[in-house]
Amino acid sequence: MAQFITLTNGGSCPAEAVPVLRYDDFAACLKDEVHAGAGICSFFGVPHARQLRLYIVLVKKDEATLAAGAMDVGQSYAALTPEFPALHLFEREIYEQFSVLPQGHSRLKPVRFDGTDSPQVGDMDFFKAEGNDVHEVAVGPIHAGVIECGHFRFQCLGEIVLHLEISLGYHHRGLEACFNQNPQKNALPLMETLAGDSSIAHAWAFSTLRESLNHTAVTRRAQTIRAIALELERLANHTGDLGALAGDMGYLPTASFCGRLRGDFLNMTAMLCGNRFGRGLVAPGGVNFDLEEALCLHLEKKLRPAARDVYGAVDLLWETPSVTSRMMEIGVVPEQAARDLGLAGPAARASGLRRDVRITHPLPGLQESQLTMQVEKSGDVYARARIRLDEIHESVSFILRELGGLHGQAEPLRAGSAGAPGVYGRPSTFGAALVEGWRGEICHTALTDAAGRLQRYKIVDPSFRNWIGLALAMRGGQISDFPLCNKSFNLSYCGVDL
Amino acid sequence: MSASLHLILAFVLAPLLPGIIGKVKSCCAGRSGKPVLQLYFDLAKLLRKGAVYSRGTSWVFKAGPPAALAATIAALCLLSPLDQNGPLSFEGDFLLAAYLLGMARFAVILAALDTGSSFEGMGASREAVFSALAEPVFLLALMPLGRISGSFSLASMFSVHIWSAQSLDKPALILSAAGLFLISLAENCRIPVDDPNTHLELTMIHEVMVLDHCGVDLAFIEYAAALKLWFFSAVVASLLLPSMAVTPGGIILVAVGIGFTESIMARLRLISVPRLICLAGALAALGCLLCLR
Repeated sequence: MAQFITLTNGGSCPAEAVPVLRYDDFAACLKDEVHAGAGICSFFGVPHARQLRLYIVLVKKDEATLAAGAMDVGQSYAALTPEFPALHLFEREIYEQFSVLPQGHSRLKPVRFDGTDSPQVGDMDFFKAEGNDVHEVAVGPIHAGVIECGHFRFQCLGEIVLHLEISLGYHHRGLEACFNQNPQKNALPLMETLAGDSSIAHAWAFSTLRESLNHTAVTRRAQTIRAIALELERLANHTGDLGALAGDMGYLPTASFCGRLRGDFLNMTAMLCGNRFGRGLVAPGGVNFDLEEALCLHLEKKLRPAARDVYGAVDLLWETPSVTSRMMEIGVVPEQAARDLGLAGPAARASGLRRDVRITHPLPGLQESQLTMQVEKSGDVYARARIRLDEIHESVSFILRELGGLHGQAEPLRAGSAGAPGVYGRPSTFGAALVEGWRGEICHTALTDAAGRLQRYKIVDPSFRNWIGLALAMRGGQISDFPLCNKSFNLSYCGVDL
Repeated sequence: MSASLHLILAFVLAPLLPGIIGKVKSCCAGRSGKPVLQLYFDLAKLLRKGAVYSRGTSWVFKAGPPAALAATIAALCLLSPLDQNGPLSFEGDFLLAAYLLGMARFAVILAALDTGSSFEGMGASREAVFSALAEPVFLLALMPLGRISGSFSLASMFSVHIWSAQSLDKPALILSAAGLFLISLAENCRIPVDDPNTHLELTMIHEVMVLDHCGVDLAFIEYAAALKLWFFSAVVASLLLPSMAVTPGGIILVAVGIGFTESIMARLRLISVPRLICLAGALAALGCLLCLR
């Protein structure tokens, strides 16, 4: 029986080695993997000899490996979404990009608006609840804050939300196509800013693929510095999120403290590389900045008090009854729904899914991270807040451990050469890399052509998978709880708009 | 100080209260915050601006702010913590005061509904529900005062003499004051009922109703809200700090208290707000029972 190919995280294989299966075999393989607990990371199309070749990347449950497979489809195929709901947005995207119809997909609505006439930006056929007592509330695309565009359409019965539909893609930038056309010149800065709060994570995933396709081995020291930077990114964002959550509840003490502390963590990243968001730190082959011994000590001296202040500020949340009552049993995503929809990151772990690729699928050189996976059961706003605090604890002790371990290692920071202009890596190679950013697992996939140029570069930001979780969390809830639920997910608009 | 002078002080100093609350909150949060006089600056700015009206609105929308302001001013005229007679005092005027405030709210709600916006409709419905619950509690909390002072005019209910009542009546006064404080939080859209500083339309009650107002209209609404805050702060102050309520000091202290309350607790879920109002009602009812010896 046909099978998907197994890859390591950050690994690559010849493009021919990815099995191209018949539709039935593909669906059967997918079913086997998903039933065995695998999660869907990426599903995308590549034009291939007048047909469309659909590639899928899965993350296996019990082994530290990925699975990849492909199938060729013509003008249409039977949609996989009814059986695998996690594919719903991927199939919509494929339909939008290549006009290949997934028959039986019930909601082929726009994913992104490319600025052409049809559909016009923002033009979408929203669900409508009928009846005298039902009313509709439209929020956005311009919001009451300095944030990006996104439209939320609530169908309400009084204060109760019957359904929330989210329409994104207002600022589609055509990023993936950029990488195909110009793979070398400005790829890294684009990666670092495609979702600006996950600069390190995206730059790392990109660099990992680049290294894998060029057989470049990264030193352990460089890999450790990347990991420290990634955890600093997580600390800054989790702290900011907890503060913002408190702010939305009108609870000032935590909100004010966390706003300041987020800045402290960003400044630590700046100490490392000169940029608060870690831009310019990670590069294919390694890192551009070293953590010398003096800097390690300085960082440690900054980190300890900042962490202590975060614990103090955030513990206030759990100790204040008016706050806990605002978070408990609000915006619940049941475990089964989270699994079916393929949620990622803290949102998935808050619902009881054990998915954290830092722990289950570590990148080369980071197998002994000693990180513990943080999981909650209740799937509500409280769980999503709690996960963040627990991960802050984990990240702080990880950084302190690794800073201690960096002493005395003398290894180069960068390895390998840049290669010829326009050439991305080995010819006809397929590679996939997963990085657990603070928002969830980021999946980058690259496919090179016979000349070694990029044929397709596919990016899946966790936001792409998690927005549906927010819509689900609101069902049957109070519309006044929406801002709180929204903040507990804190998803990215640009991570979807790409 | 005559009653009229006191009234003039109220009109002049009312916009100070939101500034004081904001300052207390900023201090608690470790920020310097905006100036205490910010609302004066805002009002001065708004009064110089023109207004934009959407084509979908009618005269109801334009009539809302002046009607609300006029009704609030009239209610404030009935209240005089200084002596037995406010400028317009009469026996039973507490009902008129309650319903003048109700009328102000009604005008704002109508104006909000007139816009046809889903946000404003939502805010209007919330305001209507919560004020319908708060109104009887407000009246209930006044009952012990009427009984103790022997008169049903606001001026005597909230006069300094009320504390010269029998010592057995004093617990009833404190219960009334506590009930009125909770009601004042609800009526003035303060945390834990509403968050006046939020930018999240979906959670707002009062602020979302006035999103479409601008210029002079918005100035009227902001000023009316400040006067209403003054009204309730004065009511609470005269019960809790009778000697200080004669000067605006007591009223300012109540504003400081509101600021502290907002600094240490989160907003309630909207569906829990009725429970808070029920608590106020229970306190007021207990006060009534104590008076029925």
